[in-house]
Amino acid sequence: MQILTQSVGVSHYLVVGAVLFISGVVCMAVKRNALGVLMGIELVLNGANVNFVAFGSKFLRSDSAYALGLDGQLISLFVIVLAAAEAAVALAITLNFYNNHSTVDVDRADELKG
Amino acid sequence: MGPINWHTFFFYLYALVACGFAVAVVISTSIVRMALYLIVALGATAGLFFLAGADFVGAMQLMIYVGGTLVLLIFGVMLTAQGPLVSLRTTGGDWIVAMLLAGCLAALLIPAGLTVSSWHTGHPVTTAEKDAQDVQTVLVSTTIAHGVPTAGGLPDADSNGIPDKQPITAAPLGMGLLGARVDKLGDVPEALRPGMSGYLLPFEVISVHLLVVLVGAAYLARSKRRAPNR
Repeated sequence: MQILTQSVGVSHYLVVGAVLFISGVVCMAVKRNALGVLMGIELVLNGANVNFVAFGSKFLRSDSAYALGLDGQLISLFVIVLAAAEAAVALAITLNFYNNHSTVDVDRADELKG
Repeated sequence: MGPINWHTFFFYLYALVACGFAVAVVISTSIVRMALYLIVALGATAGLFFLAGADFVGAMQLMIYVGGTLVLLIFGVMLTAQGPLVSLRTTGGDWIVAMLLAGCLAALLIPAGLTVSSWHTGHPVTTAEKDAQDVQTVLVSTTIAHGVPTAGGLPDADSNGIPDKQPITAAPLGMGLLGARVDKLGDVPEALRPGMSGYLLPFEVISVHLLVVLVGAAYLARSKRRAPNR
């Protein structure tokens, strides 16, 4: 178990962030439920947040003088707040769509199709 | 083989939970289960934030994301999950295109994260550095407790590369949002310090944005049904 005796670095966090990001993108692509698409967006934003925090941390790289410092954490806080705001508006739009069309299937929202 | 690095152990634990449940969100067809899996994935990500030394961001992740945003999402699921809408199935063609997209993104992102060699391991901490960090902890917490921090009160990074990372990030983050970067006082010469900008303007923009979003969401989601005439 060599893997457990070494310390983790930014790369490990970047891989986790990439997995979260890819899951979110696939979720946005394949889900037909509008709320499922919304959950995909949350996953994408969270993957970005993992990267910001990892780059800001001074524990995770051997040349810690080049770490972002608190800027990474500040930007991830902004991302969290923006995600909350976006979820509120998107949920309101989804509920409005549901009230008008009695469905949340995004494939049915094709009235503007050319 | 040396002793087990518990930081690494818990990192892999949280990382596996986060990635596994994120993939489960994609695979699951029931919207209710997806919401539950998303809660677990985001909670495990908060654990990753704690392990990276971002205690305040991790707490905010738990409170705003898991406690606020996902409760909102679950309300949406409860209001709309009726009959056939609980599990909408995706066609095979969509899955093929999505998997192609996922493969391309993985081939791009994961090697990009592994390129830089100084990112592969964490900062090595010896016992001497650990003692120095403990002293710094006491210094920083007393500085924060006793009013305005001065440049002399915050120890800078030594020449041997001890991280001057403050274990308590809430107060420097709050000062940064108010426009004063107390974490960077050592980097800036004395003359430039009054104009050292933090994140005051983005903070104001976010405040106005949240107000607009609040009004807009309440306007959009209001009930349009009239009361029945008697």
